[in-house]
Amino acid sequence: MHALCALPFLLLVADAVRDTLGADPVAEITHRTGIWALRLLLVTLAVTPLRRLTGLAELVRYRRMLGLWAFFYATTHFATYLVLDLGGYWPQIFEDVVDRPFVTVGFLAWLLLVPLAATSTKAMMRRLGRNWSRLHRAVYVIAGLAVLHFVWLVKMGKEIARLEPLVYAGILAILLSARVALAVVARLRRPQAPPRRA
Amino acid sequence: MPRFRYPTPPPSEITPEGVFLGRRELMRGALAAATALVTGCDREPAAAPVTAPAPTADPRYASAAPSPYSTTEPKTDYDDVTSYNNYYEFGTGKGDPAKHAVGFAARPWTVEIAGEVEAPGRHDVDTLVAPHTLEERVYRLRCVEAWSMVIPWIGVPLASVLARARPTSRAKYVAFTTLHDLDRMPGQRRGVLDWPYVEGLRIDEAMHPLTILAVGLYGRELPNPNGAPIRLVVPWKYGYKSIKGIVKIALVERQPPTSWNEAAPREYGFYSNVNPAVRHPRWSQKSERRIAAGSGIFGSRIATLPFNGYAELVAPLYAGMDLVEFH
Repeated sequence: MHALCALPFLLLVADAVRDTLGADPVAEITHRTGIWALRLLLVTLAVTPLRRLTGLAELVRYRRMLGLWAFFYATTHFATYLVLDLGGYWPQIFEDVVDRPFVTVGFLAWLLLVPLAATSTKAMMRRLGRNWSRLHRAVYVIAGLAVLHFVWLVKMGKEIARLEPLVYAGILAILLSARVALAVVARLRRPQAPPRRA
Repeated sequence: MPRFRYPTPPPSEITPEGVFLGRRELMRGALAAATALVTGCDREPAAAPVTAPAPTADPRYASAAPSPYSTTEPKTDYDDVTSYNNYYEFGTGKGDPAKHAVGFAARPWTVEIAGEVEAPGRHDVDTLVAPHTLEERVYRLRCVEAWSMVIPWIGVPLASVLARARPTSRAKYVAFTTLHDLDRMPGQRRGVLDWPYVEGLRIDEAMHPLTILAVGLYGRELPNPNGAPIRLVVPWKYGYKSIKGIVKIALVERQPPTSWNEAAPREYGFYSNVNPAVRHPRWSQKSERRIAAGSGIFGSRIATLPFNGYAELVAPLYAGMDLVEFH
């Protein structure tokens, strides 16, 4: 599973070395690291609904690893923007983060991922107890911010120039409604029907 | 005013064509074997250069006259120039025009000259350009998305072409229109912009010696992804002003509509002069990523210059004009 998560990054490095990233390699690296961060984030969000649907409890084992890989790609994405893209033009960061909404939400999404990554260990789970679940619910907000980041960065004419971000928005909407639906169903099942008389 | 001498590159500085075009092939071949083991499978990268055959070098284009207006900065690779394009008529991805414009027929092609001129008419594109000497203009092209290229265009001054049509005194602006054909330009099926693509210049901008109609690049005919057979190049403005695939040039009295301004007026103005001091809601315009030889993954960002570095030549056109209000 680790190999699968690492694969996009390895392929990216291979392309970078072979100079097959196209005319604007920095834009391509930024795009690919961002897209895999978003994809892994959505896969992480899909684990719990999948587990409830299939009953396979072992799926949850993968959730932490998927989340951490999403954080890895998000950090690489942010680092690419800071180091490869902006290069020496660091004062521009402040302007971008404050003045351009899509950068603001992207930065916030990454920032919120940091405490989640830091508290991802079993030791932290034990230490935080119930508060751990509360903290990690932030992943919903993070996913929303990440999708917004993608939707807002794509050029807008009379309509959005590329439809790709809307696909991810749709997937997130499905995942979130799946959670709501499953929660509703679980609540409906709770008041046990009295046992049938023999 | 002191006389400014523009640097003219000597012919000895021009890289042999074979070496220039083969560079990437050599690099790729050398590393492909080594990395094949690492990657395992051969994956097609998202932004691979176009595989369509490049237009053959035409002696007329190859012998285009050099120009004092050309820059001596490192040029952008031919592969990059022809495979990384914003030409939404063929799709909104950067690699789409190279992919989808492969079969596009750029001949026969008619350009209509109309409006406030004494000699309107429809001209075959080659006949339109034939009376004028082809020049090579190595220009910076700055996209509003904050990346830029250096491209050796082959073309003629727009002023020369317009002069033959004899504009009247009522001609205050020049309006350009691109082909509108859903069969030949499948990207026009999406409504990102209103079609056909339209652009416009003030008459003094159109008559400026820097403004050209380009019919070629890198010593050969203009490739399809770059706006074949004929396009505008206005190097001191953002790239979307350099309209491609022109079918009509009209001299008009009032400021004409322009596609990006119509679609997103908060982001794109009429003048669209490259200006690091004018705030853009989407991208900072203070700097740009240069796509050219010598700039790769590291250190490709450079400062953006007012009027894309052509201020000395064009700033007088806007003397007294508020550049922020009229952006």
